[in-house]
Amino acid sequence: MSEFFAMGGYAVYVWPSYLLASIILIANIVAPMQQRKRVFKEIARKLRRARNEKQ
Amino acid sequence: MIVRFFHQMGSPRYFYGVAGKLIPWFMATFLITLIVGLYYSFAAPPDYQQGESYRIMYIHVPASWMSMFIYVVMAISGLISLVWRIKMTEVFVISSATVGASFTFLALATGSLWGKPMWGTWWVWDARLTSELLLLFLYLGIIALHSAIEDKRVAARAVSILALVGVINIPIIHYSVEWWNTLHQTASVTKFDKPSMDIRMLIPLLIMAISFKLYYGAVVLMRARAEIVERERNSRWVQDLVEQEAI
Repeated sequence: MSEFFAMGGYAVYVWPSYLLASIILIANIVAPMQQRKRVFKEIARKLRRARNEKQ
Repeated sequence: MIVRFFHQMGSPRYFYGVAGKLIPWFMATFLITLIVGLYYSFAAPPDYQQGESYRIMYIHVPASWMSMFIYVVMAISGLISLVWRIKMTEVFVISSATVGASFTFLALATGSLWGKPMWGTWWVWDARLTSELLLLFLYLGIIALHSAIEDKRVAARAVSILALVGVINIPIIHYSVEWWNTLHQTASVTKFDKPSMDIRMLIPLLIMAISFKLYYGAVVLMRARAEIVERERNSRWVQDLVEQEAI
């Protein structure tokens, strides 16, 4: 097992590559979810304000 | 039939719905191929020259392919946007740009991480590396230009033109290793005779490539959906959607 993590002495190059890949892949999934949530909140606020003005 | 399909897909509301149904499928198939691909990436035998360090290639090569593939998809969407003014291809251009930039950065960074132990340097100004760096700047330019223009439809046209001009860089990247003497090695997979790679090493590479494509499918649709609600915020159906979610 420790031999696996050692990557034949290249651990400091191999694992950061995979770590960076995971960070980038996850970030690209989270970012559009947050963008959509932010826009939804903005629209909801605007709708609420419009409704309050009508009353 | 085909015409009707394109007409419907051109409508933001319809596209939003269809994309929402497709995303889970892309995500599920991405995760399955990722797990299988990763397993075989580490089960493959070490390289006789590079030892274990070559496993970086299972990220680097698919990421590099994606950086070019996404650019071509983006440029084609740009062309369609300019000619037919279809809203959805306009959304596709900018949605692709962020994912494309990410993969380009990943390709460059993993290349560096491999280059240090194998070439003895993080970076050289050879034709392949330089043209790939130019690709990153093209993507970043497209993102910056899009956010600089307030009117989203004008922004989409400007970005489409830039994407089309930049497409000249794609064959340059691909053939750079043949046209110039580069430190970067020539292609091992995409050539006409047999790939010069052991089948046990090649298969995980191809699975990872498929996995990244499925990932792009999922993420670009998620981005596109977010862009759609942002652009169509004043339309009735988006407001209904927001109210439904609030309840």
